[in-house]
Amino acid sequence: MTDSKYFTTTKKGEIFELKAELNSDKKEKKKEAVKKVIASMTVGKDVSALFPDVVNCMQTDNLELKKLVYLYLMNYAKSQPDMAIMAVNTFVKDCEDPNPLIRALAVRTMGCIRVDKITEYLCEPLRKCLKDEDPYVRKTAAVCVAKLHDINAQLVEDQGFLDTLKDLISDSNPMVVANAVAALSEIAESHPSSNLLDLNPQSINKLLTALNECTEWGQIFILDCLANYTPKDDREAQSICERVTPRLSHANSAVVLSAVKVLMKFMEMLSKDLDYYGTLLKKLAPPLVTLLSAEPELQYVALRNINLIVQKRPEILKHEMKVFFVKYNDPIYVKLEKLDIMIRLASQANIAQVLAELKEYATEVDVDFVRKAVRAIGRCAIKVEQSAERCVSTLLDLIQTKVNYVVQEAIVVIKDIFRKYPNKYESVIATLCENLDSLDEPEARAAMIWIVGEYAERIDNADELLESFLEGFHDESTQVQLQLLTAIVKLFLKKPTETQELVQQVLSLATQDSDNPDLRDRGYIYWRLLSTDPVAAKEVVLAEKPLISEETDLIEPTLLDELICYIGTLASVYHKPPNAFVEGGRGVVHKSLPPRTASSESTESPETAPAGAPPGEQLDVIPTQGDLLGDLLNLDLGPPVSGPPLATSSVQMGAVDLLGSGLDSLIGASNFVSPPAAAVPANLGAPMGSGLSDLFDLTSGVGTLSGSYVAPKAVWLPAMKAKGLEISGTFTRQVGSISMDLQLTNKALQVMTDFAIQFNRNSFGLAPAAPLQVHAPLSPNQTVEISLPLNTVGSVMKMEPLNNLQVAVKNNIDVFYFSTLYPLHILFVEDGKMDRQMFLATWKDIPNENEAQFQIRDCPLNAEAVSSRLQSSNIFTIAKRNVEGQDMLYQSLKLTNGIWVLAELRIQPGNPSFMLSLKCRAPEVSQHVSQAYETILKN
Amino acid sequence: MIHSLFLINSSGDIFLEKHWKSVVSRSVCDYFFEAQERATEAENVPPVISTPHHYLLSVYRHKIFFVAVIQTEVPPLFVIEFLHRVVDTFQDYFGVCSEPVIKDNVVVVYEVLEEMLDNGFPLATESNILKELIKPPTILRTVVNTITGSTNVGDQLPTGQLSVVPWRRTGVKYTNNEAYFDVIEEIDAIIDKSGSTVTAEIQGVIDACVKLTGMPDLTLSFVNPRLLDDVSFHPCVRFKRWESERMLSFIPPDGNFHLLSYHVSAQNLVAIPVYVKHNISFRDSSSLGRFEITVGPKQTMGKTIEGVTVSSQMPRGVLSMNLTPSQGTHTFDPVTKMLSWDVGKINPQKLPSLKGTMSLQAGASKPDENPTINLQFKIQQLAISGLKVNRLDMYGEKYKPFKGIKYMTKAGKFQVRT
Repeated sequence: MTDSKYFTTTKKGEIFELKAELNSDKKEKKKEAVKKVIASMTVGKDVSALFPDVVNCMQTDNLELKKLVYLYLMNYAKSQPDMAIMAVNTFVKDCEDPNPLIRALAVRTMGCIRVDKITEYLCEPLRKCLKDEDPYVRKTAAVCVAKLHDINAQLVEDQGFLDTLKDLISDSNPMVVANAVAALSEIAESHPSSNLLDLNPQSINKLLTALNECTEWGQIFILDCLANYTPKDDREAQSICERVTPRLSHANSAVVLSAVKVLMKFMEMLSKDLDYYGTLLKKLAPPLVTLLSAEPELQYVALRNINLIVQKRPEILKHEMKVFFVKYNDPIYVKLEKLDIMIRLASQANIAQVLAELKEYATEVDVDFVRKAVRAIGRCAIKVEQSAERCVSTLLDLIQTKVNYVVQEAIVVIKDIFRKYPNKYESVIATLCENLDSLDEPEARAAMIWIVGEYAERIDNADELLESFLEGFHDESTQVQLQLLTAIVKLFLKKPTETQELVQQVLSLATQDSDNPDLRDRGYIYWRLLSTDPVAAKEVVLAEKPLISEETDLIEPTLLDELICYIGTLASVYHKPPNAFVEGGRGVVHKSLPPRTASSESTESPETAPAGAPPGEQLDVIPTQGDLLGDLLNLDLGPPVSGPPLATSSVQMGAVDLLGSGLDSLIGASNFVSPPAAAVPANLGAPMGSGLSDLFDLTSGVGTLSGSYVAPKAVWLPAMKAKGLEISGTFTRQVGSISMDLQLTNKALQVMTDFAIQFNRNSFGLAPAAPLQVHAPLSPNQTVEISLPLNTVGSVMKMEPLNNLQVAVKNNIDVFYFSTLYPLHILFVEDGKMDRQMFLATWKDIPNENEAQFQIRDCPLNAEAVSSRLQSSNIFTIAKRNVEGQDMLYQSLKLTNGIWVLAELRIQPGNPSFMLSLKCRAPEVSQHVSQAYETILKN
Repeated sequence: MIHSLFLINSSGDIFLEKHWKSVVSRSVCDYFFEAQERATEAENVPPVISTPHHYLLSVYRHKIFFVAVIQTEVPPLFVIEFLHRVVDTFQDYFGVCSEPVIKDNVVVVYEVLEEMLDNGFPLATESNILKELIKPPTILRTVVNTITGSTNVGDQLPTGQLSVVPWRRTGVKYTNNEAYFDVIEEIDAIIDKSGSTVTAEIQGVIDACVKLTGMPDLTLSFVNPRLLDDVSFHPCVRFKRWESERMLSFIPPDGNFHLLSYHVSAQNLVAIPVYVKHNISFRDSSSLGRFEITVGPKQTMGKTIEGVTVSSQMPRGVLSMNLTPSQGTHTFDPVTKMLSWDVGKINPQKLPSLKGTMSLQAGASKPDENPTINLQFKIQQLAISGLKVNRLDMYGEKYKPFKGIKYMTKAGKFQVRT
C-alpha cells in the first residue's frame, strides 16, 4: 500500500490511461490518478499533456486533491499559459473561502504560477489577502508579493504592493513581520537603490520585538536585516547588541551566525574601554565553538566565517586552539579549514601543542592535507620566532621520511624560513641538496634553485647543481626557468671566474631560445646589467631583500571589513565580496563597518577618533605562488629603497637607459619589433607603483589654482600650406588639466566644416581628451578660438626631440599635418613637491653622470620672485639656503609619467645669470626642463 | 532563497526533484557529479559548490545527497540547516530516511516539501505543525483512507501556527501524564600515543519526551548549572529565566524534542572513562607486524562500560591480520582495510585484549602512517561532566505527572593515536 505503485504503470498508453482515469466520475479514482501524475512529475517525466484534465479536477472540496492539483499547476503552468487561465477563476474564488488555510493556499499557489497573463488577474485577490484578518493569510500574502515582484516588478510597484508590504513590518503578529522583512529583503536585492528597508529607530524597535517571538527562520531574516542598519551612536549600538545577544543560544546555527554578524558589526562602534565590550567578546566565543560540534557541512561554513572573525578580532578565540585540532575522520574540507585557523591562532603560548599536532598530521594518509600541514609548520616558524628552530628540525625530520610530496613541500617552506631568518639555518642546506633529484614539482624545484642561488658561496658544487637543472631548461615551467636564470646570475656575481660559461649559456637560452616574454625580458635586463656595469649588477641582483612578514594569506583590511558585514553569507564562504561572484552583480551594495560614533558626553579619546578608517597597516605578505615571479623581479631590480617615487624612477632609469643606447642592437638581432619596445618606459613605470596613479592624480586635479606660464600663440600651420586654413596655438596648463588653445582662421574662399584632430604617438602620451568642436562652419575670413583639452593617457613613443608633437587636422577640404614643440612645463604635475628627506636621498642616489648644468642668462629676478613664479608652474622649492652670499634653491618637479626631476638653482644677487643643475634618472628630459625654466622665468 | 532540491543516491541517480520557484533543469547537478568524482569519498564532497549561474549546497545523510540549488546570496547555514530539517522530518514521518522509503511515500514527501517552503521561504518546519497539516502514513490510516475516501491532508489550520507557543498544539489530552528527560553526553577526545589527552570536550543534549495534558509550564533546575559553557535551547525555553536564575522554564512541545544542547569545553578538565594500551609495530626487515590492544576503564565513577567497539583504519600495505580476542568478535575487511572489534562490556578484573600479527604485502616498505583507533562505548546512569538535574516542577495544570530522568555517557569522536 505504498506510493511506489504509482510508478509501476510504464506501459505505452500510460498517458492515455491516466487521462481516462482523471476524467472518471469516481472521486477516489480521480485522486489516485492525480497522485500517479504527481509521482511521474517528481521523477522528471513529462506529463504536461494532461494539463486540461488535471485542471478540471481543481474544483473540488477535497483539500488533498486540491493541493495535488495546485502542485501540478505550479510545475506546468508556464508551459501551458493559455490553459492556465482556466485556473484563475478558481483561485479568485478560493481567496474568498471561509477557511483561512484555503485562502492562504490559493494565494500561495497563485504566486507560483509564473505566467504573465495571469498575474494581473491576481492583483485584486492578493490585495485582499494582504489585509486579511487572519495572520496566517497575511504572512503568506507577504511572500506572494516577493514572488510577483520576481515575475513582474513594474506591476508590483504600480499596484502599490511595496507600500503595503512596508506597512506589514508594523504588523502585530511577529510571523507576519518576519515574512514581510524576508520579502522586502529579497526585493531589495534586485533593486539596490530603492531603499525599501528604510530603517529608523522605531522600525528597529519593532524588529527587535518581533525577533523574540518569531520562528527561527524569521529570526534569520530579521537579524540579516538588522545588520544593514547603522546605529546613530554607541549607545544605540549597545542596546541593540544587548537585545541580540540571547540569539547566540539558539539551537539553529544559522540564527547564531547571523547574530554573530550583527554583533561583530556593531561592536565596531563600541569603545574598547567599555565593560560591555569585554563582556560581549567573552560571549562570542562559546557559540562559535559550539558550531564546531555540529554536522560537517555546518562546521565548514562556520569555519570559513571563523577564519574571518579570527583575523578581525583574534582575541575572541585565542584560548580555544584545541577545538580546531583535526580528527582523523573529519571530511577533508573541514580539515583544511581547521588547519588554516590553527596557524592564525598560533602564538608563543601554544606553539608547542600546535607543532606536535602538525607533526602528527604530516603522517596522515590524505596527500592534500599532509601538504598543507607541512606548509603550516613553515608558517609557524615564520610567525613565532621562538619556535623557528623547533620547526626547522621538525621539517628536517619530515624530509628524512623521503616521502616525495612531504619533501617537496618542506623545501618550499624552508625557502621562506631562510628569507625570514637569513644566515641562521643554512646548516641544513646540505640535507636539502641530497633530495635534489626527487623534486618534480615546479614550486619545489624553483624553491630549491632559489636556495642554491642565494647561498651559492656556501655550496661547493653550486655550479654543478645548477648546471644539472639547465640541461632540461626548455622542459621546465616558467617559474623554474626564471628562478634558474636569476640563480645563475647570482652565482656568476659571486663566483665570476668559474661560471662565465654557465651564465652565457643561460642568458642565451633565456633571450634567444625562449618565446616567453617574461623570461626574455629578464634575460635582457640581466645581460645588459652585466655587460655595462657589473658593480651595479651586483648591487641590484644581490641586494638585501626585505624580510617577509609573519602573517600570511591575510585578507586585505578593507576587504576584511566588508566581509565582516557579510558573515554567514556565501560571500563569507568564498572570502570575496558579493559583487565578485553573485550573478550579474545585480544590486549589490558595498557594505562597510559603521564608524565609531560616541554618544554626546563621552570624551574624544584617541580610540574613538579615527572613526571609520580601519587600521590600514601595510603588511608585506609572502607572495602566493602566482605573485612570486613578479615579486622576485621586483626585488631583484629595485635596490632597497624606501618610498615609491624612488623605486619608480630607478626602474625608469633602467628602462630608458636600455632603450637609449645599447639594446637596440640586441633588439635588432632577435627580430624584436621596435615600436612596442619604445613604449616601455611608461608601461614599465606603471605597474611599479606610482606611475599610473600619477596619471590619475593628474586627471583628478589638485585644487590649487596654478596658472602656469602660457606662451603667446604661434603660427603652427601657415595658410599656404593648408589650402587656406591657418592654425596658430599654444599650450596651457591650468588646475591640473592641460589644454591646447587653438585659433583657426579661414583664409580660403570657401566655407570649412567637419573639423577633426588627431595626434601622433608622442613621448608623454599626450592625446586629445575630447573631439575638436567647431560648432558652426567656418566662413571665409572668420576666426574661431578653441580650447582643446588634452590628457596623457595616449600611447607612448619616444620622439626626437622629446617634446615634439605631430598633429593631423582634418576638415572638409583635406587632411593637414604639422608638428610643434610643446613646452615641457605643461607636464609638470601639481603633486611634484618632494619631501625633504626624500629629496636628499634621491639626490644622492642619482649618479653624478646624470647631472646636467645649464646657465640661464639675463634674468633680473630675486630668489623670492623666482620661487613663486616657478611654483605657479608646478616647480616646487623644497629648501632654500644661503651659501657665501649666493641663494641656493632646491626644487623638485614631477612629470605626468612619474619621472622626477630635482633641481638646484644658484642665484647670485646682482648677477642676472643663474646656474641650474638638474638631476634626473632619465637625463634626456633635463635639457627640456631647463628650457622650461628659461621660458617661465623670462616671461 | 532556496530554488530547488534534488535528492541523489550514492550511485548518482537523481530520484526526486522539487522546485519552489521556476524549474531548474536537473543538468545543474552535473557540477555536483563532477565534484563528487573529484572527492574520492562521499563524505568529502564540498558542501558549497559554485556553478556559473547557481550555487549548490548539499548535505550527505543516510547515503543520500540532499542538494539545494540557490541563485542569489542566501546564508548558506540557513540552507544547510533547512536541509537537515528535511532529513529529520523524513525520519520523523517514515521512521527511516532512505531511498526506497522516500520513493514509496513520494506523494507525502512532495506534500511535506511543499508545506516546508514557500517560494524558498521556510513555512512550517516544526514537525508538530507539519503532522497536523499532513498526517504521517500509518498502516491503519491508509486502510481507513481507502475505505472511507478521506485523506491524510488535514483541513484545519494548525492551531499552533500563530499562537505564542507555535510548537505546541492545543487540546492535548493524555490519561497517563508523564515527562521523561534523557541527559546524554558524548565525549569527543583525541588521546595521543602516550595516553595523555590532546583535547577532550563534551557535547551534551537533553532529550525530552513529554506527554502532558493541557498547557503545562515546566521548570527544570540543575545542581550545578555553571558547568555548562555554552547552551542552545529549544525555542520554548525562556532565555531570561536562564540568564537570571540558571533554570529552564518552558511550555514543552507535545512529544519528543531536544530541550537543550550544551557544551563543556576543553578548558575544563574532562574525565576520560577508558584507556587503550596499544602496541602496533612494523619492522623494516620483516613483512610481519605486531598488533596488540588492551582496553580498560579509567574514571567511570564505579559504572560499567558497555557496548565497546574498537575500529581502526589499517595502513594500505596490510594484507591480512591474524588476531585473537580475549572476548568479543573481530573482523578485518581486506578491501577497505578496516579492522573492527566488537568488545561488549569491560570487566575490570579481566581486561579485554586483541593480540596477533599483521602481514604486509611482500616487499612493501614499512607504512608511513600510524593507524588511529576509534572507540565507541556507553556508560549508563552517568553524565561524565557531573551535570545533575535538581528538580522538575510543573505549574498551570492540576494533575500530578510522572517524572523520570536518565543519564547516559557515550563516545562521540573518540580517537586514540598510535
